[in-house]
Amino acid sequence: MTDLTRLTAAETAARIASGEVTAVAVTEAHLARIDAVDEKVHAFLHVDREGALAQARAVDAKRERGEELGPLAGVPLALKDIFTTEGVPTTVGSKILEGWIPPYDATLTKRLKDAGVVILGKTNMDEFAMGSSTENSAYGPTGNPWDLTRIPGGSGGGSSAAIASYEAALAIGTDTGGSIRQPAAVTGTVGVKPTYGAVSRYGMVAFSSSLDQGGPCARTVLDAALLHEVIAGHDPLDSTSIDAPVPPVVEAARNGDVAGMRVGVVKEFGGEGYQAGVMQRFNESVELLRELGAEIVEISCPSFDLALAAYYLIAPSECSSNLARFDAMRYGLRVGDDGTRSAEDVTSLTRAAGFGAEVKRRIMLGTYALSSGYYDAYYGSAQKVRTLITRDFAQAFEQVDVLVSPTTPTTAFPIGERADDPMAMYLADLCTIPANLAGNAAMSLPCGLAPEDGLPVGLQIIAPAMADDRLYRVGAAVEAAFQARWGHPLLEEAPSL
Amino acid sequence: MTVTELVSYEDALASYEPVMGLEVHVELGTATKMFCGCSTALGAEPNSQTCPTCLGMPGSLPVVNATGIESAVRIGLALNCKIAEWCRFARKNYFYPDMPKNFQTSQYDEPIAFDGYLDVEVEGETFRVEIERAHMEEDTGKSTHVGGATGRIHGASHSLLDYNRAGIPLIEIVTKPIVGAGDRAPEVAKAYVAELRELIKALGVSEARMEMGQMRCDVNLSLRPKGQEKFGTRSETKNVNSLRSVERAARYEIMRHAAVLGDGGTIVQETRHFHEDDGSTTSGRVKEEAEDYRYFPEPDLVPVAPSREWVEELRNTLPELPRVQRQRLKAEWGLSDHEMQSVLNAGAIPSIVATIEAGAAADQARKWWMGELARRANEDGVELSALPITPAQVARVAALVSEGSLNDKLARQVIEGVLAGEGDPDTVVEKRGLKVVSDDSALGAAVDEAIAGNQAVADKIRGGKVQAAGALVGAVMKATRGQADAARVRELILERLGGQG
Repeated sequence: MTDLTRLTAAETAARIASGEVTAVAVTEAHLARIDAVDEKVHAFLHVDREGALAQARAVDAKRERGEELGPLAGVPLALKDIFTTEGVPTTVGSKILEGWIPPYDATLTKRLKDAGVVILGKTNMDEFAMGSSTENSAYGPTGNPWDLTRIPGGSGGGSSAAIASYEAALAIGTDTGGSIRQPAAVTGTVGVKPTYGAVSRYGMVAFSSSLDQGGPCARTVLDAALLHEVIAGHDPLDSTSIDAPVPPVVEAARNGDVAGMRVGVVKEFGGEGYQAGVMQRFNESVELLRELGAEIVEISCPSFDLALAAYYLIAPSECSSNLARFDAMRYGLRVGDDGTRSAEDVTSLTRAAGFGAEVKRRIMLGTYALSSGYYDAYYGSAQKVRTLITRDFAQAFEQVDVLVSPTTPTTAFPIGERADDPMAMYLADLCTIPANLAGNAAMSLPCGLAPEDGLPVGLQIIAPAMADDRLYRVGAAVEAAFQARWGHPLLEEAPSL
Repeated sequence: MTVTELVSYEDALASYEPVMGLEVHVELGTATKMFCGCSTALGAEPNSQTCPTCLGMPGSLPVVNATGIESAVRIGLALNCKIAEWCRFARKNYFYPDMPKNFQTSQYDEPIAFDGYLDVEVEGETFRVEIERAHMEEDTGKSTHVGGATGRIHGASHSLLDYNRAGIPLIEIVTKPIVGAGDRAPEVAKAYVAELRELIKALGVSEARMEMGQMRCDVNLSLRPKGQEKFGTRSETKNVNSLRSVERAARYEIMRHAAVLGDGGTIVQETRHFHEDDGSTTSGRVKEEAEDYRYFPEPDLVPVAPSREWVEELRNTLPELPRVQRQRLKAEWGLSDHEMQSVLNAGAIPSIVATIEAGAAADQARKWWMGELARRANEDGVELSALPITPAQVARVAALVSEGSLNDKLARQVIEGVLAGEGDPDTVVEKRGLKVVSDDSALGAAVDEAIAGNQAVADKIRGGKVQAAGALVGAVMKATRGQADAARVRELILERLGGQG
């Protein structure tokens, strides 16, 4: 009998729709897998067994009534614990929201439910999405299914680990500086940061409002596209949501082709600090694209060297304001309220106890960057750099259809290795940050294992805003060519848990 | 509390020139809040008009209320402001428990309206108050401190928070420094706030009821020695919430500043509280360091870009502005400045206009609204428009008087009946039997009785002192409990006593 957890989302949905398997059976298989391996992986913070089975039963009932099912109906999904779920805990990986039960569903949560997707539970993450390793979670780290002593990337390490370990067929991540793409790269999975404004942020707990973007995590390019289509689209509850049709991502994923396309290689990404095996696999990917008929163009985007610095001013600035609401007054943790202390003291004690070190570091950075007398030098300059980066992208996209680069400079590093070195940790997002600052669409997909450590390497593809379909057209072509070469999906080379 | 020795107002103005800045917050009368769909109705159960957005729940996002933007633009246009072609909201960051997100969504260096003016009248002279800006923001929730003696946070055991008000749209209107008002500065301040209130009401964007907190004023004031160019240090007196208080607060601060400066002291830039009971101000919380609000553009909202066509459309549909309307009505009604001012102060213009439109003569309409009805509104502590009588009913009373069916005394009783809920004027006349008696046979007996009871007066009239007839008319009116037609009674008396009218 087929292991239902090994199917792609597209295959799973097809089998459920045809009646070959029930959604309940699929859900039960994944819950059993979670029971078997999540103690080791720790991808989930909360498993919603009852909710998942109820949703699966509803899908089966709908099919029995002869109603048409959506393209992902009955497919089990792992939801990053940053999206609100009515009646189900949402912690954002932080102690400050421990025990909080949101009274409302995020727009994305609602869309998943409406599409019949089965939400298995909420996945682990760096606290408030701040980090590149998931070590900053207040609830302990997540292991990389390729090597449990290594990080699964971050902030969405729980989501990438859940699909890489077959605990879920699909997952949702959020990407502020690379939190979907970098975890995808280091776990050998596919992750997409859609165009800023493509997926509603309503109900997604804010880290940095102008950068945050929810997106799909999957084991194949087509699965990612199917999920993309479910979650994207205009939402009147999010003012920054784009009021335009979703680009034809599924159609593109089904018709991978790069013949005649112009592909830009960003000169600034590479060299010192990049692992040799990562560069080797990246260069092979470029060669592959050429073989598939793409024209390769070297592109220079000089402002990208400033992206990391600009990011670490803009994101902390916005977070210092976004996280001010956690004051112990209305929800979440409350410390020191013994009847003798003022509200101000209770707020201070709660924030001191409830936020982790990285969150505090960024709140302080942001508070400083926005303060009077420093605003122009820090926040103001960072916004100018942002404009330059957007301009560099615009010029690049006059010459090429997409840009490619390694997703992250190294493969998965050991848990603990960079925990005390924020700068080393920040460098993991060197290649992913520019797309967030400009609001472009970007994808990471597997391009092989680094020879020196046998760990997955990610290829990043970047497309202009609202040209998300190009990611899928290129990604599907690369994926098909690599799998033909390897004879199987890369993930099958991962050791069994 | 230290008692401040004040310098007399005259002495203060002899040495110093006051400079004022007025900041007025107006709560817009939109049906829903500025950034969510919650109701703005007053008086609901605490926290019953809230949602994830106005409670600042994690993940929630704001969406701008289009009516709020429209109201802001209309206010800007009425204040002769320029309207921004493109502007953004900004976050004003500070912690306070009644502010759900611990930042207020406001506007900083890109206000929707700027560089305008409002002309006000003080003792018949026009004074131009320059407007710096009008910007949009959201209100905070409301804290109630329990257990302390004063209702203030000091000494309280705990506080209750009501977020129904959180997110209600506000427009903050800030003047440029008001210079050159001299000793009339307090009056200018009052006249400005009064004029602004009339303007806001005429635009229909808010009821602007100061006693309900729908309009709140901060008075910033400094003194500079006469002849000096540089402004002095200012004090900021917050939440001065009536027209009279605005004038008193400005006056008090002039005297206090003069006392401090006269003693060689320096004014501390600080927030001060105004006390309605004695008209004084006291120092608020002393901040160790200046508050840094860390403003930055609100990333959750897209910029507001009112098209020029739309702005012109709004400009063309502005109502007649109060000052223009007042000048027109003053001429039409033939009133003096002083009379017009009284009408304005009573907030009687809309009622009088409506009563005239319902058919009453202007002087009659004004007489009733400014007399009997103003007295009642004052007694009950309500606005004229809140009295349970309509302009049409007042017009009917005026009609009954002019056709002779009622005299003033009876008319007052009719109004009293209407206010008491006894029905419309004709019903009250009917029920209470308030028709004027002008039938000679009915009046004759009363006249004869009055003559018989006041022979001395009657003799004077017989002797030619016609003006003495008043006493007899009074007696008849008393006997008929005011229902007699006084003019006819006088005629009957003179007929009987041979005097000539």
